[in-house]
Amino acid sequence: MARLIAALFAAALAAGCASQPVSPALFAVLPAPDGHIGAIAVEHGGERRVIDTAYGFQQLQPDGSLKPGHLTEVEVRTRFGSTLEALPAPPASFTLYFLEGSDELTASSKEDLEHVFAEIRHRPLPDIVVIGHTDTIGAVQYNDRLSLARAGRMRDMLIERGVPADRIQARGRGERELLVPTEDQVREPRNRRVEINVR
Amino acid sequence: MRMTLIAALLAAMALPALGADVGIVKVANGSVALEREGARIPAAVGTPVQVSDVVVTGADGAAGITFSDNSLVSVGPDSRFAIDRYAFDTTTYAGEFQGTLSKGRLAAVSGKMVKQSPESMKIRTPSAIMGVRGTEFVVQVDEPAATARP
Repeated sequence: MARLIAALFAAALAAGCASQPVSPALFAVLPAPDGHIGAIAVEHGGERRVIDTAYGFQQLQPDGSLKPGHLTEVEVRTRFGSTLEALPAPPASFTLYFLEGSDELTASSKEDLEHVFAEIRHRPLPDIVVIGHTDTIGAVQYNDRLSLARAGRMRDMLIERGVPADRIQARGRGERELLVPTEDQVREPRNRRVEINVR
Repeated sequence: MRMTLIAALLAAMALPALGADVGIVKVANGSVALEREGARIPAAVGTPVQVSDVVVTGADGAAGITFSDNSLVSVGPDSRFAIDRYAFDTTTYAGEFQGTLSKGRLAAVSGKMVKQSPESMKIRTPSAIMGVRGTEFVVQVDEPAATARP
Protein backbone atom coordinates (compact mmCIF):
# COMPACT_ATOMS: atom_id res chain seq x y z
CA MET A 1 0.00 0.00 0.00
CA ALA A 2 2.69 2.48 1.05
CA ARG A 3 4.65 1.62 -2.08
CA LEU A 4 1.60 2.20 -4.28
CA ILE A 5 1.04 5.61 -2.70
CA ALA A 6 4.71 6.49 -3.18
CA ALA A 7 4.45 5.50 -6.85
CA LEU A 8 1.32 7.62 -7.25
CA PHE A 9 3.11 10.56 -5.62
CA ALA A 10 6.05 10.15 -7.96
CA ALA A 11 3.70 9.99 -10.95
CA ALA A 12 1.85 13.10 -9.77
CA LEU A 13 5.14 14.94 -9.23
CA ALA A 14 6.43 13.93 -12.66
CA ALA A 15 3.15 14.98 -14.26
CA GLY A 16 3.30 18.27 -12.36
CA CYS A 17 6.84 18.98 -13.48
CA ALA A 18 6.00 18.46 -17.14
CA SER A 19 3.09 20.89 -17.20
CA GLN A 20 3.93 23.51 -14.56
CA PRO A 21 6.82 25.90 -14.03
CA VAL A 22 9.33 24.73 -11.43
CA SER A 23 9.16 26.45 -8.04
CA PRO A 24 12.83 26.91 -7.11
CA ALA A 25 13.62 25.63 -3.63
CA LEU A 26 16.60 25.39 -1.32
CA PHE A 27 17.16 22.51 1.11
CA ALA A 28 20.01 22.65 3.63
CA VAL A 29 21.28 20.65 6.61
CA LEU A 30 22.29 22.62 9.71
CA PRO A 31 24.44 21.37 12.57
CA ALA A 32 22.27 20.65 15.63
CA PRO A 33 23.05 22.55 18.86
CA ASP A 34 24.90 19.43 20.11
CA GLY A 35 27.02 19.44 16.92
CA HIS A 36 25.28 16.44 15.35
CA ILE A 37 25.08 16.61 11.52
CA GLY A 38 21.96 14.96 10.15
CA ALA A 39 20.97 14.09 6.61
CA ILE A 40 18.10 14.80 4.24
CA ALA A 41 17.26 13.32 0.85
CA VAL A 42 15.86 15.60 -1.86
CA GLU A 43 13.90 14.19 -4.79
CA HIS A 44 12.90 15.92 -7.99
CA GLY A 45 11.90 14.46 -11.36
CA GLY A 46 13.15 10.98 -10.49
CA GLU A 47 16.49 12.23 -9.22
CA ARG A 48 17.44 11.79 -5.56
CA ARG A 49 20.28 13.62 -3.79
CA VAL A 50 21.39 13.19 -0.18
CA ILE A 51 22.75 16.13 1.83
CA ASP A 52 24.79 15.08 4.86
CA THR A 53 27.28 17.87 5.57
CA ALA A 54 26.93 20.92 7.82
CA TYR A 55 25.39 23.79 5.80
CA GLY A 56 25.37 21.57 2.69
CA PHE A 57 22.49 22.34 0.33
CA GLN A 58 20.72 21.24 -2.81
CA GLN A 59 19.02 23.97 -4.78
CA LEU A 60 16.26 23.21 -7.24
CA GLN A 61 16.83 25.59 -10.16
CA PRO A 62 14.11 27.16 -12.34
CA ASP A 63 15.21 24.80 -15.16
CA GLY A 64 14.50 21.80 -12.95
CA SER A 65 18.11 20.82 -12.23
CA LEU A 66 19.51 20.26 -8.74
CA LYS A 67 22.60 22.24 -7.80
CA PRO A 68 24.67 21.28 -4.74
CA GLY A 69 26.69 23.69 -2.58
CA HIS A 70 27.42 25.02 0.87
CA LEU A 71 25.91 28.01 2.67
CA THR A 72 27.91 30.16 5.04
CA GLU A 73 26.67 30.79 8.58
CA VAL A 74 26.06 34.41 7.56
CA GLU A 75 23.88 33.32 4.61
CA VAL A 76 21.90 31.04 6.92
CA ARG A 77 21.30 33.94 9.32
CA THR A 78 20.34 36.30 6.48
CA ARG A 79 17.88 33.91 4.86
CA PHE A 80 16.54 32.06 7.90
CA GLY A 81 17.25 34.34 10.90
CA SER A 82 13.66 35.06 11.95
CA THR A 83 12.61 31.50 11.01
CA LEU A 84 15.27 29.89 13.21
CA GLU A 85 14.47 32.28 16.07
CA ALA A 86 10.91 30.93 16.04
CA LEU A 87 12.00 27.30 16.60
CA PRO A 88 10.51 26.16 19.93
CA ALA A 89 12.90 25.22 22.73
CA PRO A 90 13.73 21.50 22.61
CA PRO A 91 11.83 19.42 25.17
CA ALA A 92 13.69 18.84 28.44
CA SER A 93 13.35 15.98 30.88
CA PHE A 94 14.36 15.56 34.51
CA THR A 95 14.37 12.74 37.02
CA LEU A 96 13.94 13.43 40.73
CA TYR A 97 14.22 10.83 43.51
CA PHE A 98 12.18 10.11 46.65
CA LEU A 99 12.69 8.74 50.15
CA GLU A 100 11.53 5.15 50.64
CA GLY A 101 7.77 4.67 50.85
CA SER A 102 7.26 8.43 50.77
CA ASP A 103 6.28 11.30 48.51
CA GLU A 104 9.11 13.36 50.08
CA LEU A 105 12.05 14.18 47.76
CA THR A 106 15.60 13.22 48.72
CA ALA A 107 17.80 16.11 49.85
CA SER A 108 19.78 16.23 46.60
CA SER A 109 16.63 16.08 44.46
CA LYS A 110 15.21 19.03 46.43
CA GLU A 111 18.22 20.99 45.14
CA ASP A 112 17.68 19.72 41.57
CA LEU A 113 14.12 20.94 41.74
CA GLU A 114 15.43 24.47 41.20
CA HIS A 115 16.76 23.43 37.76
CA VAL A 116 13.30 22.18 36.86
CA PHE A 117 11.69 25.44 37.93
CA ALA A 118 14.33 27.42 36.01
CA GLU A 119 13.66 25.41 32.85
CA ILE A 120 9.92 25.93 33.18
CA ARG A 121 10.28 29.66 33.75
CA HIS A 122 11.99 29.99 30.31
CA ARG A 123 8.92 28.76 28.54
CA PRO A 124 5.98 31.05 27.80
CA LEU A 125 3.37 28.30 28.04
CA PRO A 126 4.93 25.03 29.24
CA ASP A 127 3.32 21.61 28.84
CA ILE A 128 4.45 19.32 31.64
CA VAL A 129 3.97 15.58 32.09
CA VAL A 130 4.96 14.09 35.46
CA ILE A 131 5.21 10.29 35.70
CA GLY A 132 5.68 8.71 39.12
CA HIS A 133 7.49 5.39 39.74
CA THR A 134 8.36 3.16 42.70
CA ASP A 135 10.74 0.34 43.55
CA THR A 136 9.38 -3.19 44.06
CA ILE A 137 8.96 -3.06 47.86
CA GLY A 138 5.27 -3.53 48.67
CA ALA A 139 2.26 -4.78 46.73
CA VAL A 140 1.46 -3.65 43.19
CA GLN A 141 -1.65 -1.69 44.28
CA TYR A 142 0.29 0.06 47.05
CA ASN A 143 2.97 1.07 44.55
CA ASP A 144 0.37 2.30 42.06
CA ARG A 145 -0.98 4.62 44.77
CA LEU A 146 2.52 5.66 45.89
CA SER A 147 3.67 6.47 42.34
CA LEU A 148 0.56 8.58 41.75
CA ALA A 149 1.09 10.32 45.12
CA ARG A 150 4.68 11.17 44.07
CA ALA A 151 3.51 12.56 40.72
CA GLY A 152 0.69 14.45 42.44
CA ARG A 153 3.05 15.92 45.04
CA MET A 154 5.34 17.12 42.25
CA ARG A 155 2.35 18.61 40.45
CA ASP A 156 1.36 20.48 43.62
CA MET A 157 4.89 21.86 43.98
CA LEU A 158 4.79 23.12 40.38
CA ILE A 159 1.39 24.75 40.94
CA GLU A 160 2.74 26.43 44.13
CA ARG A 161 5.49 27.90 41.94
CA GLY A 162 2.91 29.43 39.63
CA VAL A 163 2.55 26.83 36.85
CA PRO A 164 -1.11 26.76 35.75
CA ALA A 165 -2.74 23.48 36.87
CA ASP A 166 -4.18 22.75 33.42
CA ARG A 167 -0.65 22.64 31.91
CA ILE A 168 0.41 19.67 34.10
CA GLN A 169 -0.53 16.02 33.70
CA ALA A 170 0.36 13.67 36.54
CA ARG A 171 0.38 9.87 36.12
CA GLY A 172 1.59 6.91 38.12
CA ARG A 173 3.27 3.84 36.63
CA GLY A 174 3.75 2.00 39.93
CA GLU A 175 6.56 -0.56 39.73
CA ARG A 176 5.91 -1.30 36.04
CA GLU A 177 8.78 0.75 34.60
CA LEU A 178 11.86 0.17 36.72
CA LEU A 179 14.88 2.31 35.88
CA VAL A 180 17.08 -0.40 37.39
CA PRO A 181 15.56 -3.88 36.85
CA THR A 182 15.27 -5.85 40.12
CA GLU A 183 13.44 -8.84 41.59
CA ASP A 184 10.23 -8.23 43.52
CA GLN A 185 10.60 -6.77 47.07
CA VAL A 186 13.95 -5.10 46.42
CA ARG A 187 14.88 -1.66 47.84
CA GLU A 188 16.31 0.42 44.98
CA PRO A 189 16.59 4.20 45.48
CA ARG A 190 17.03 4.81 41.74
CA ASN A 191 13.59 3.34 41.04
CA ARG A 192 11.83 5.69 43.52
CA ARG A 193 11.44 8.61 41.16
CA VAL A 194 9.38 10.93 39.02
CA GLU A 195 10.18 11.78 35.42
CA ILE A 196 9.28 15.33 34.50
CA ASN A 197 8.94 16.10 30.80
CA VAL A 198 8.76 19.79 29.92
CA ARG A 199 7.77 21.03 26.47
CA MET B 1 -8.77 11.36 -13.33
CA ARG B 2 -5.52 10.22 -11.82
CA MET B 3 -5.27 13.38 -9.68
CA THR B 4 -8.83 12.82 -8.43
CA LEU B 5 -7.94 9.29 -7.38
CA ILE B 6 -4.84 10.52 -5.53
CA ALA B 7 -6.82 13.25 -3.83
CA ALA B 8 -9.46 10.72 -2.75
CA LEU B 9 -6.79 8.34 -1.44
CA LEU B 10 -5.07 11.12 0.50
CA ALA B 11 -8.35 12.33 1.96
CA ALA B 12 -9.23 8.79 3.07
CA MET B 13 -5.85 8.31 4.75
CA ALA B 14 -5.97 11.67 6.52
CA LEU B 15 -9.39 10.96 8.05
CA PRO B 16 -8.51 8.89 11.13
CA ALA B 17 -6.41 11.68 12.62
CA LEU B 18 -8.82 14.54 11.87
CA GLY B 19 -9.80 16.63 14.86
CA ALA B 20 -7.02 15.36 17.14
CA ASP B 21 -4.35 17.72 18.38
CA VAL B 22 -0.94 16.70 17.03
CA GLY B 23 1.03 19.76 18.05
CA ILE B 24 0.90 23.06 19.83
CA VAL B 25 1.97 26.57 18.81
CA LYS B 26 4.88 27.48 21.10
CA VAL B 27 6.09 30.62 19.36
CA ALA B 28 3.95 33.18 17.50
CA ASN B 29 5.64 36.37 16.29
CA GLY B 30 3.77 38.95 14.20
CA SER B 31 0.89 37.82 12.02
CA VAL B 32 0.25 34.04 12.30
CA ALA B 33 -2.95 32.15 11.47
CA LEU B 34 -4.16 28.59 11.01
CA GLU B 35 -6.49 27.72 8.14
CA ARG B 36 -8.80 24.94 9.28
CA GLU B 37 -11.81 23.66 7.33
CA GLY B 38 -12.10 26.89 5.40
CA ALA B 39 -11.90 29.10 8.51
CA ARG B 40 -8.96 31.30 9.45
CA ILE B 41 -8.00 31.08 13.12
CA PRO B 42 -5.52 33.59 14.56
CA ALA B 43 -2.74 31.54 16.18
CA ALA B 44 -1.19 32.41 19.53
CA VAL B 45 1.11 30.58 21.93
CA GLY B 46 -0.92 27.60 23.17
CA THR B 47 -3.12 27.17 20.07
CA PRO B 48 -3.41 23.43 19.26
CA VAL B 49 -2.48 22.25 15.77
CA GLN B 50 -4.36 19.49 13.95
CA VAL B 51 -3.88 17.39 10.83
CA SER B 52 -4.82 19.31 7.65
CA ASP B 53 -4.26 22.69 9.31
CA VAL B 54 -2.33 25.18 7.19
CA VAL B 55 0.02 27.57 8.99
CA VAL B 56 -0.01 30.96 7.27
CA THR B 57 2.30 33.85 8.23
CA GLY B 58 2.39 37.49 7.19
CA ALA B 59 5.43 39.52 6.11
CA ASP B 60 6.28 40.14 9.81
CA GLY B 61 5.22 36.66 10.97
CA ALA B 62 6.95 33.53 12.25
CA ALA B 63 5.55 30.56 14.14
CA GLY B 64 7.06 27.64 16.06
CA ILE B 65 5.23 24.37 16.67
CA THR B 66 6.16 21.44 18.91
CA PHE B 67 4.63 18.15 17.71
CA SER B 68 3.72 15.18 19.88
CA ASP B 69 6.85 13.21 18.88
CA ASN B 70 9.00 16.24 19.86
CA SER B 71 9.53 17.30 16.24
CA LEU B 72 10.05 21.08 16.21
CA VAL B 73 8.99 23.08 13.16
CA SER B 74 9.17 26.82 12.61
CA VAL B 75 7.62 28.66 9.70
CA GLY B 76 9.17 31.97 8.64
CA PRO B 77 7.71 35.18 7.19
CA ASP B 78 5.31 35.16 4.20
CA SER B 79 4.99 31.39 4.33
CA ARG B 80 2.38 28.69 3.89
CA PHE B 81 2.91 25.27 5.49
CA ALA B 82 0.26 22.53 5.44
CA ILE B 83 0.25 19.57 7.83
CA ASP B 84 -0.97 16.95 5.36
CA ARG B 85 -0.54 13.86 7.51
CA TYR B 86 0.65 13.24 11.04
CA ALA B 87 0.50 10.10 13.15
CA PHE B 88 2.65 9.05 16.09
CA ASP B 89 2.42 6.02 18.37
CA THR B 90 3.72 7.03 21.80
CA THR B 91 4.48 3.40 22.68
CA THR B 92 6.35 2.18 19.59
CA TYR B 93 7.47 5.63 18.34
CA ALA B 94 6.28 4.59 14.87
CA GLY B 95 4.67 7.35 12.87
CA GLU B 96 4.61 9.54 9.83
CA PHE B 97 4.72 13.27 9.25
CA GLN B 98 4.03 14.78 5.88
CA GLY B 99 3.92 18.53 5.36
CA THR B 100 3.89 20.84 2.36
CA LEU B 101 5.72 24.16 2.24
CA SER B 102 4.06 25.84 -0.72
CA LYS B 103 5.87 29.13 -0.16
CA GLY B 104 8.26 30.80 2.24
CA ARG B 105 10.70 29.34 4.75
CA LEU B 106 10.80 26.55 7.24
CA ALA B 107 13.27 25.27 9.84
CA ALA B 108 12.88 21.98 11.67
CA VAL B 109 14.44 19.62 14.16
CA SER B 110 13.25 16.06 13.73
CA GLY B 111 11.77 14.13 16.66
CA LYS B 112 11.31 10.63 17.97
CA MET B 113 9.62 9.17 14.87
CA VAL B 114 12.58 9.95 12.59
CA LYS B 115 14.98 8.53 15.17
CA GLN B 116 12.90 5.35 15.15
CA SER B 117 12.35 5.28 11.39
CA PRO B 118 14.40 7.53 9.05
CA GLU B 119 12.42 9.37 6.37
CA SER B 120 9.11 8.89 8.19
CA MET B 121 9.05 12.71 8.03
CA LYS B 122 8.67 14.23 4.58
CA ILE B 123 8.44 17.85 3.50
CA ARG B 124 7.04 18.56 0.06
CA THR B 125 7.50 21.73 -1.92
CA PRO B 126 5.59 22.52 -5.14
CA SER B 127 8.30 20.83 -7.23
CA ALA B 128 10.27 18.51 -4.92
CA ILE B 129 9.97 16.18 -1.96
CA MET B 130 12.41 15.78 0.91
CA GLY B 131 12.88 12.85 3.28
CA VAL B 132 14.30 13.62 6.72
CA ARG B 133 16.91 11.25 8.11
CA GLY B 134 17.89 13.44 10.99
CA THR B 135 17.96 16.47 13.03
CA GLU B 136 18.17 20.05 11.87
CA PHE B 137 17.43 21.47 8.44
CA VAL B 138 15.94 24.45 6.59
CA VAL B 139 13.85 24.79 3.43
CA GLN B 140 13.06 27.82 1.29
CA VAL B 141 10.57 27.91 -1.58
CA ASP B 142 10.55 30.70 -4.15
CA GLU B 143 7.84 31.62 -6.63
CA PRO B 144 8.31 30.17 -10.12
CA ALA B 145 10.08 32.64 -12.43
CA ALA B 146 7.55 35.15 -13.82
CA THR B 147 8.53 34.42 -17.41
CA ALA B 148 7.85 30.71 -16.94
CA ARG B 149 4.24 31.25 -15.92
CA PRO B 150 1.58 30.16 -18.40
